[in-house]
Amino acid sequence: MTDINAANSAPIIDLRTSKQHPARLADRLLPTITRACVAIGLLVLATLVVQVFVEGWPRLSLDVITKFPARKAEMAGARSAFFGTIWVIGFTAALCIPIGVGAAVYMEELADNNRWWNRLIEVNVQNLAAVPSIVYGILGLSFLVRGLGLGQTVIAGALTLTLMVLPTVIIASREAIKAVPSSLRQASIGLGATQLQTIGRVVLPAATPGIATGVILALSRAIGEAAPLILIGGLTYIKFSPTGPSSAFTVLPIQIFNWISRPQEEFRTLAAAAIVVLLGILLVLNSLAIWIRNHARRNA
Amino acid sequence: MKPTRLPVTQRNFASDVLAITQRRSRHGETAIKGFLLACATVSVVTTVGIILSLLGPAVQFFREVSLWEYLTGKDWAPLLDPGTYGIRPLLVGTLVITAIAILVSVPLGLGAAIYLSEYASLRSRRILKPMLELLAGIPTVVYGFFALTFVTPNLLQRFWPFGTEPDIYNALSAGLVMGIMILPTMASLSEDALAAVPVALRAGSLALGANRFQTTMKVILPAALSGLVAASVLAISRAIGETMIVTIAAGGQPNLTLDARQGMQTMTSFIANTGMGDLAQGSNEYRTIFAVGMTLFVLTLLLNLFSSHMVRRFREVYE
Repeated sequence: MTDINAANSAPIIDLRTSKQHPARLADRLLPTITRACVAIGLLVLATLVVQVFVEGWPRLSLDVITKFPARKAEMAGARSAFFGTIWVIGFTAALCIPIGVGAAVYMEELADNNRWWNRLIEVNVQNLAAVPSIVYGILGLSFLVRGLGLGQTVIAGALTLTLMVLPTVIIASREAIKAVPSSLRQASIGLGATQLQTIGRVVLPAATPGIATGVILALSRAIGEAAPLILIGGLTYIKFSPTGPSSAFTVLPIQIFNWISRPQEEFRTLAAAAIVVLLGILLVLNSLAIWIRNHARRNA
Repeated sequence: MKPTRLPVTQRNFASDVLAITQRRSRHGETAIKGFLLACATVSVVTTVGIILSLLGPAVQFFREVSLWEYLTGKDWAPLLDPGTYGIRPLLVGTLVITAIAILVSVPLGLGAAIYLSEYASLRSRRILKPMLELLAGIPTVVYGFFALTFVTPNLLQRFWPFGTEPDIYNALSAGLVMGIMILPTMASLSEDALAAVPVALRAGSLALGANRFQTTMKVILPAALSGLVAASVLAISRAIGETMIVTIAAGGQPNLTLDARQGMQTMTSFIANTGMGDLAQGSNEYRTIFAVGMTLFVLTLLLNLFSSHMVRRFREVYE
């Protein structure tokens, strides 16, 4: 990238004739227009955040996560949804990290890409990454909730979200594993380590920052996701926090959706306050991902 | 015929080493390898699971409703008795909202990509790109809230220039906000495509006297075209599959119209709205979810396959 910018800043314009050329005006305008595209995106982002804060301000207090949902907006809070999110995402993380990293290790380190089944796995992961999230909800509804008889529980929700984020985790982990220089592997094998010892003690430790960043971003997507969980029954009115994997549950995005759908203004305010909590959680996670990325770069 | 041994100099030494170490497995390593293979198989099982779970009820659905009626009918009222099952209102709703989202996200995303890859200094790129990507991290319910409580009342209804102003639930605000949601995906994929164009092409064009506008339009964009088309197709597929923004901001009534000022229902928001209630398994309403889900899955799958085909088929290979 540096070369391009260096080439671009060369005084080409000065060498041109002063004759008016139609492309000349466009040449002046293009940076402004394209910069405006970035600016519009950031402007909407800023407006959205400010609007949510302004709307939610009257109800912004610890009540939002310490009170249970209630029929009266003044008394209501999102405690069950807050803890529901923690339970569901906890299980999702516990499931998707080993499976996702395991699959990535297989695809990068063990798989012989001349075999058709390994190519099938590869194409399949890419296609799964683009399947709409609500389709995962349908899968969860018919296979997990009804087929396996898990019911509308924390574990059914976590499994649904695991399947949904798995392609993202696999793709990010593969990138991280691919970035480990092969000289490290050769050195390890040259010292007499087996292939799996090399993977476990050399490749994975070196790839950990990249994998962690990818996993955190995938989990933040899962935290904000409502559509698949609506289908598997996360929209019930729940006045208790989950106590285990087989508890009924609701999560923050669904509680927010529920409150937005009500006609009373008070519930919208409450929804905005809950959105601030949700955005706060995501901000913490994203900062963590950025910190890990920068920290790893400095140590490398 | 006996395979001839390659002379030592031509053999791949690294793969020999790998072959030796792979054979010399330690105790339990086979089990670990089995576990890793099983992890990779989960993704294939997921696909099979999706297809099976959609197919069963969808087939039963099409036993009662003819495929012809489903594809050509103009009325979608599956919860009535007797219900009508013409998917056209949902398809048109999906199409209208997707079109609006694409009209926003493709030009803006492409512009942002051009700025980030061709004009921005290294420092501002390092700041602007992650900020733009924050947009992709915002939950879709939040976008829905923004569309319903800000874009519709404070922008569309307040500043509507002519004719009847939009309803409180309307396709326009859902589409506009969805376009902003997809913007970072579009920008980031397009930027990858632009960055893959070799510096030599830029330098060559500039050296021939073209200015940067001409270079961008006539050299860089054509060279990156396959990547840009793939990015746009992926953006379309994201817009078709998006659920919560539409469910919140576009209302829940099937409505066969092209008027974006009115509320509409899409395939995704139908599934969400219907799935919210506790449906009796085996009822026809329950099966409609799967029929519509199947339509959605097939549509997005075709788009994704087309997108990856574009990348492979038309990629310019630079040495």
